[in-house]
Amino acid sequence: MAARLQFRDVTLGYDRHPAVHHLNGEVAPGALLAVVGPNGAGKSTLFRGIVGILKPLSGKIVAGDLDFRDIAYLPQTAEIDRSFPISVFDFVGTGLWRQTGFFGGIGKEARKRIALALASVGLSGFESRTIGTLSGGQMQRMLFARVLLQDARVVVLDEPFNAVDAKTSADLLALVKRWHAEQRTVLAALHDMELVRANFPETLLMARGEVAWGATAEVLTVENLAQARRMCEAFDDSAAACVVEDSPSQAA
Amino acid sequence: MIYDTLIAPFVEYEFMRRALAAVIALALGGAPIGVFLMLRRMSLVGDAMAHAILPGAATGFLLSGLNLFAMTAGGLIAGFAVAILAGVVARTTDLKEDASLATFYLASLALGVTIVSMRGTNIDLLHVLFGNILAMDDPTLLVVAFNATITLIVLAVIYRPLVVESVDPVFLRTVSRAGTPAHLVFLALVVVNLVNGFQALGTLLAVGLMILPAGIARFWSRDITGMICIAVVSAIMAGYAGLVLSFQTRIPSGPAIILVAAALYIGSILFGNVRGLVRQMFPGRHLEA
Repeated sequence: MAARLQFRDVTLGYDRHPAVHHLNGEVAPGALLAVVGPNGAGKSTLFRGIVGILKPLSGKIVAGDLDFRDIAYLPQTAEIDRSFPISVFDFVGTGLWRQTGFFGGIGKEARKRIALALASVGLSGFESRTIGTLSGGQMQRMLFARVLLQDARVVVLDEPFNAVDAKTSADLLALVKRWHAEQRTVLAALHDMELVRANFPETLLMARGEVAWGATAEVLTVENLAQARRMCEAFDDSAAACVVEDSPSQAA
Repeated sequence: MIYDTLIAPFVEYEFMRRALAAVIALALGGAPIGVFLMLRRMSLVGDAMAHAILPGAATGFLLSGLNLFAMTAGGLIAGFAVAILAGVVARTTDLKEDASLATFYLASLALGVTIVSMRGTNIDLLHVLFGNILAMDDPTLLVVAFNATITLIVLAVIYRPLVVESVDPVFLRTVSRAGTPAHLVFLALVVVNLVNGFQALGTLLAVGLMILPAGIARFWSRDITGMICIAVVSAIMAGYAGLVLSFQTRIPSGPAIILVAAALYIGSILFGNVRGLVRQMFPGRHLEA
């Protein structure tokens, strides 16, 4: 079945202040969508809404027949307790949660899949290291291995290539392309416009709401980017309750 | 001589055998809980919970005398109320767990003191405060063993979500709704084990047999399974040695057990092979790769 994501007049935010204002649109099944915009544009907030850890202030995100477990999410600053004594193997193995659940064992087959996932991100040999001993780039590779195992129909990556070197980001980008080839829907928040132009067919440019959404070449124009940069970042504490339905650029 | 000191008390006296059995049960249930408290940075939560259940136990004591079941029930009610209220508030509002727990346990403590002072009898409350493992009777021992068994079974059920929530809470939220229930169940287990330690160690020291072994374990193992095993073993060692110490001297059993555990802890800080102090002073030459 097609795994489409629909935004119906979605407003997401914090303490009634919108960070994503009246967003409408649809992510087609199998899309490879880059989400770009300045810091504070609402990219992470939108992703939190998609994976269901932030409830919309109004409007609806329709996931169709998608279960929340069908969406793999790689947050921007993973709130991972790196001092926790858990091995890389066990950590990546949690990506099999859908199969194992609370109590299911990790059998021979699952062990093979975990080893394979670690190999695809270049972390073979790291199995028994504790996660606290990994470098930043290795950590990101490990998180990708877990996303691999989650075998999700929708993959949501929040700034996945931040603070990783060229080699690592090239390796991880290859994984993203593989997911795309496997008909998975991939959404990635990115800042590197060259990388977006070269690899992502579709782009959503955000600034507290949609600035432009469509084919990458048409979205990433000079005028659009300038418009996105002009948006105001600060919340207005005395903002009135929003009644306007059709002016996404009047963000709070 | 060695036999007389270390083994004879348990051969000759039934109450010593009961006490030993109770300590082993407490170690089996409490030490793994302590390891999770430590890894989830909730070590002081155990202490706060001990204060929170005190009024419940005192109320039970005032209503029906020195009856373990009444005191346990009172303690469980007060503890669950505080643990669950604090957990729910922390997860639905911006207040952090520690702050929300502090407010609720202080309120609980104040309520308990109010109840005690209104009834006006507090003669045997010292017994509640410091326990007496040497006066353990069969029904009490059975309750302790039952609680320890329940703890291990429930911990096995919530083990995986508990571990994943400790290390990566956001991930757990995206794959399962089990995080919050697992956390609340874990808090309930903390309460059960605190109440369990009442009779043996008293309300204030009950938390000691959970946290000190966990602290010891951190210096000897790098993985969680090893930590749990070492915590249980060191808790049993402390319990046994504490009973012997208490039998041979005039030190009450509860403080004796915790003092032995504290001695083991200091030894671990010094000589532990995972970042123990001595080890850090003489690290050896660095490796090639």
